[in-house]
Amino acid sequence: MIKSSLFLSLIIFVSAMAVVFVRSDNRQSFLALQAATSERDSLSEEWGRLQLEHATWSLHDLVENEARFKLMMIAPGPEEIVVLRLEPRQ
Amino acid sequence: MRFPNIKSVKFGYYVRHWTVLGLLLIGMILLLGRALQLQVLDNSRLQAEGRARQVRIVAVKPVRGRILDRRGEVLAISTPVDSIWADPQILSSSNTDLKALTEALELSSGQIESQLHRYADKKFIWLRRHLPPATARLVLDLNIPGVFTLREYHRYYPAGLNAGHVLGFTDIDDHGQEGVERAFDRHLSGVEGKKRVLQDARRTVIEDIDRIKPVYHGRDLVLSIDLRLQTAARRYLAEAVQAHGAAGGSALLLDARTAEVLAMVNLPDFNPNDRSEITGGHFRNRAVTDIYEPGSTVKPFTLSLALSTGSFTPDSLVETSPGFYRIGGWTIHDIKDYGSLTLSRVLIKSSNIGTAKIAMEMAPEELYQTFRDIGFGQITGVELPGEQAGILPNRQRWRASEHATMAYGYGVAVTPLQLARAYGILAADGVMLPVTIRKREQAPSGRRVIPSDVVTEINAMLEKVVSPEGTAQRATVPAYRVAGKTGTVRKLSAEGGYRDDSYQALFAGFAPVSDPRFVVVVVIDEPGLDQYYGGEVAAPVFAKIMTDALRLRGIPGDGDNNTNQIVFSKLEADLGA
Repeated sequence: MIKSSLFLSLIIFVSAMAVVFVRSDNRQSFLALQAATSERDSLSEEWGRLQLEHATWSLHDLVENEARFKLMMIAPGPEEIVVLRLEPRQ
Repeated sequence: MRFPNIKSVKFGYYVRHWTVLGLLLIGMILLLGRALQLQVLDNSRLQAEGRARQVRIVAVKPVRGRILDRRGEVLAISTPVDSIWADPQILSSSNTDLKALTEALELSSGQIESQLHRYADKKFIWLRRHLPPATARLVLDLNIPGVFTLREYHRYYPAGLNAGHVLGFTDIDDHGQEGVERAFDRHLSGVEGKKRVLQDARRTVIEDIDRIKPVYHGRDLVLSIDLRLQTAARRYLAEAVQAHGAAGGSALLLDARTAEVLAMVNLPDFNPNDRSEITGGHFRNRAVTDIYEPGSTVKPFTLSLALSTGSFTPDSLVETSPGFYRIGGWTIHDIKDYGSLTLSRVLIKSSNIGTAKIAMEMAPEELYQTFRDIGFGQITGVELPGEQAGILPNRQRWRASEHATMAYGYGVAVTPLQLARAYGILAADGVMLPVTIRKREQAPSGRRVIPSDVVTEINAMLEKVVSPEGTAQRATVPAYRVAGKTGTVRKLSAEGGYRDDSYQALFAGFAPVSDPRFVVVVVIDEPGLDQYYGGEVAAPVFAKIMTDALRLRGIPGDGDNNTNQIVFSKLEADLGA
C-alpha cells in the first residue's frame, strides 16, 4: 500500500516536472518562431518593395526609350537577322 | 555500554521542532504580507499596468498573391501599407488639438471634426487608408489617444496601362473587381488567420502569445501573357487608333501551338494604379466582352465547308458579274465587277458575291454547323469576367438573304477572342485548341474540326491574300510567309440597317505559314473615313505585332526572300554525340 502510493507520487512528480520542462520548451520555441516570423515578414516586405522597384525600372517603355534615344539603338528588321540553325546529324 | 540521556535527546528535539516551525511561520507571514501589499495596498499601480497591456485576439490579414507574366515579370504585387483609424469616443473625449492630426494625415481642415460629430456613437472610423508605413509612423508619433493603425496591403501594377484590362484591379478591401483579379480572386486572396496578442494602450502589438488560426497567404498566379509582346501590341494598336482617329480597338496575340493568350490589349484603356477619373467604358476588356460582325474574315471558313463537301475545288469557277447580286430582296455588292473567279480568287479578292453564291450551293444548316464547329456562339472559357458568347442564330427557316449574308460574315457576331480561336484552327492544321490566359506547361489536346487537306488549300489562298494580288499586302512580314484575311464591316445603326459612315476594320492571320507559331487578330473600331479598309488600317498593326513576336521568340524565317539563314549540322564534338 505504502509502496504503491510512493511509486505513484514519484510518477506524479516526474510528470509534473515534465510538464514544467515542456512548457518552458514550448515557450522558447514560440519565442523563436515569433522572431523568425517577424524576420520573415520584414524580409518579405523588403522583397516586395525590391520587386516593385525592379519592375518599375525595367518597364519596357522606359528601357526602350533609353535604348532608342540615349544609346541610339535600333531594332533589326527581319531581313537583317541571321538565324543559325542546328540541323540533326544525318 | 552507555545509554544517552533521555532528557537531552528530548530537548534537542524541541529546539529543532520550534526552529523549523518558526521559519515556516515567518515565510508564511512574508508571503501573506506580500500578497496583501500587491492585492490591497498597491493595486492602483498594477491596475494601470494591466490596462496598459491587454490580451486581444486580432485578425492576421493574408497577403494577396502576385500575378506574374509567363517569364516571371511582376504584373501585380501587394506591399504593406498602414491605415489610420480612430475610436471617436476616445478621440472626442481627449480634447486634443486635431490640427496636428489633420496636417499629418493631409486632410482638409474640419474633415475630422465633422466625421467625429457624425459618428460620435461609433467605436471605429477610418481616418485615412493606405498610407506608406513611414507616414503612418509620423501620425502615431503624435501620440494622440484614440488614434490607431492597421496593417493592410496595397496593390500595385507596375505595367500600368499596358495590362489594365487583363489584370483588372482590386477594391480597397483587396477584393478583385475586374479582369484576372476578379476571375481568380479565391486563388489570389488566401485565408485570414487569428492570433492572440499582447497589446499596449495604443494597440500596438507588444508580443504574440498564441496562434489560434493559421493565416494562409494568397498564391501566385502565372499568366500566359508575355509582357514584352503585350507592351509592343499596345503601342502599335495605340499608334493606329490615333493615326486613324478611331474610337477604339483590340489586338490579340495567341500562341498557335498551345492556344495561350500572349497579348491582349484594348483601347480605350485605363491605368489600374489610378482609376480616379475613369468611367465604365474604359474598363471593358473589349477582346472578350464586345461582339462584332466578323465580315469577310469568316470567308475562309465558308469556303472550307465548300471544299470539305467535295463539290468544289480551289479551281471551281464562280460568276460574279456584274458586281452586284440580288437575292431575296437583298442586294450584295462587290467593290467592282470581278467577272468570273476561281474559288481561290474569290477569297483572295474577297468577293462577297462569289462567297454568297458558293454558300447557296450548301444547306444553311451546314453553314450554321461549320460556324458552330469553329466556336462561334460559344464562350471560349478563357476565365475572364464578362465574356460574351456572341450571336450565331439558329433558325427554323432560313431566308435566302440570311443564308447568303451569313456566308460573308453578317448576321453573326463574335468577340475578337473567338475570331482568334477560329484562326487558331487554321494555324493548327484544323484542330481547335482551348484558349487560356494561364501559362501552359504543354500543348493541350484539341478537337479536329476541319480536314487537314482542306486547311492546306485554304492556307495557300490566305497566303495569297497577303501579297500584291490580294487585299492585305500591308500585312507582309519580310522573310516570313504570312497568311491572313481582311475584313471591313459596316456598323449597325441604332435604327436598324447598316450605316455607311461608320466601319470596323479587321485583320486576322498567322505566321510562319510552314509551321504556324502565332495568331494575331486586330480590330479597329470606327476608323476615320479617309482610310477604313481592314487591309489599310488593321493589317499594318498585324504586321508590326507579328514582326516583334517572331523576332523576340527567335523564330527562323521561311519566306522566299529569306537568304540570311546559316544552317549548321550538329557537330559531334560540340554535343558529345
